[in-house]
Amino acid sequence: MITVENLTKRYGSHAAVDDVSFTCPPGTVTGFLGPNGAGKSTTMRMICGLTTPTTGTATIGGVPYRRLGNPGRLIGVLLDASAQHGGRTGREVLALAALVMGVRTSAAGPALERVGLDASAARKRVRRYSLGMRQRLGLAHALIGDPTVLVLDEPANGLDPEGIFWMRGLLRDFADGGGTVLLSSHLLREVEAVADHLVVIGAGRVVASGTRDELLSTAGTLVRALDPAALRDLLDRAGLSFSPATDGGFVVTAPAETIGRAAAAAGVVLLELRPAGAGGLEQKFLELTR
Amino acid sequence: MIRLTVVELRKLSDTRAGLWLLILIGLGTAGTAAIQLGWSPDEELRFADFFAFGLLPPTVLLPVLGILSMTGEWSQRTALTTFALTPARLRVIAAKVAAGVLVSAAATAATLLLSAAANLIGAATGGDGGWHLAGTLIWQGLLTELLFVLMGMGFGALLLSSPLAIVAYFSLPTLWGILAETIRPLRAAGRWLNVGVTSEPLSSPHMTAGQYGHLAVSALAWIALPLLLGGWRMFRKEVS
Repeated sequence: MITVENLTKRYGSHAAVDDVSFTCPPGTVTGFLGPNGAGKSTTMRMICGLTTPTTGTATIGGVPYRRLGNPGRLIGVLLDASAQHGGRTGREVLALAALVMGVRTSAAGPALERVGLDASAARKRVRRYSLGMRQRLGLAHALIGDPTVLVLDEPANGLDPEGIFWMRGLLRDFADGGGTVLLSSHLLREVEAVADHLVVIGAGRVVASGTRDELLSTAGTLVRALDPAALRDLLDRAGLSFSPATDGGFVVTAPAETIGRAAAAAGVVLLELRPAGAGGLEQKFLELTR
Repeated sequence: MIRLTVVELRKLSDTRAGLWLLILIGLGTAGTAAIQLGWSPDEELRFADFFAFGLLPPTVLLPVLGILSMTGEWSQRTALTTFALTPARLRVIAAKVAAGVLVSAAATAATLLLSAAANLIGAATGGDGGWHLAGTLIWQGLLTELLFVLMGMGFGALLLSSPLAIVAYFSLPTLWGILAETIRPLRAAGRWLNVGVTSEPLSSPHMTAGQYGHLAVSALAWIALPLLLGGWRMFRKEVS
């Protein structure tokens, strides 16, 4: 369980994170979404006690991170996969982490296998790792203490499609086993497949949060007509709020029936009329965080 | 705390840079013995001479290891994982200092062993082979290693950048020494604060209380102060 309450971080007069609150319950994956520079990483560093908040609190299972005796056994953290000493081997990085946590250093081998790094990768120095390999190593590092909470900042960066698919499965299994996952991304599509909850942040503030299904269902209706200009006029006249979608259609915040009736009355030929779903959420995401 | 010290000790030698530094120190000390065996007059091939000369390579290079121990966390950005696993940063800093103390002791012990081996070879090849070594010299040798490793760590913690800390470590004391000699009003202070000068008596078996006093004052300025300020900086610095 991660609880974030009214977290604020100011640098001078600029608020990098502004009054952010959310919770991540056990058994769920929470996607933390926002464009680059929205305050995701700063929030996560504050959760992990690396950055001192200006105001507000963050707790793991009710305890502030800095008060956890041996945090690695409770919470696995991957904040930046490239923040590893280039001169150490992958196995050594994990052995050191195991030593700090009081886990047997022989756990390094199985931990590497679990994330798909083989024996030759284990012997290689991290300097020669690709970003994808570093992400896998970072994930192994987060998992080696057998924690019940995971905090991952952009873990899909640098992973190939197969790797992203693999990671989704791993996180899903982790949550299904009662674990708590918070993962950030600037790409909605990357997290919508695995996250049960979404917290969307823009310019330091939470602009939307809720279960994925809630957010998807309020994402509006996608409508596309033979004559887009006529449809636009029609929507304007009906006083519906809408925004242009990428393929010439519109995402309208109204039920399909309302739009359908209005179109029929005006004689506008529709080609598509359906819940906007993920596409709509993306649209909303772009607007909210603009 | 013991666990963290073991970790910090291991971190000194598990990177390519750290390992090579240690190998270089070992080769350097073996090299000094070889130089003495080859070119020193026979009557100077004694245990004490091997030990005194053999301490030079670790005295020069071990502090670099101390610097890297502090700066590596920031230049390689491992502070992110180090402090995520141990949020009590002062414990990490203390463990690094403890590792520095242990590695100094190990270097002194290794130098003793190497010097003994060299002395055996020297005696067999016609050298003096005398085994007398004043106890004070062993302790003062250890103190020399310790002071300079801790000074390196202080510079590393204060500057948090490997190249900057290494350059500052090697040049600032010399620069201060030159300034203190040239600028008349500074001369008296210079004698107390020049760590290069105040540490010289450490190689003589009869170091006086007055000399210890000078050393203590310069150690406060060049070792304790940077360590305290650097520790405070590492404690406060935001990790990103």
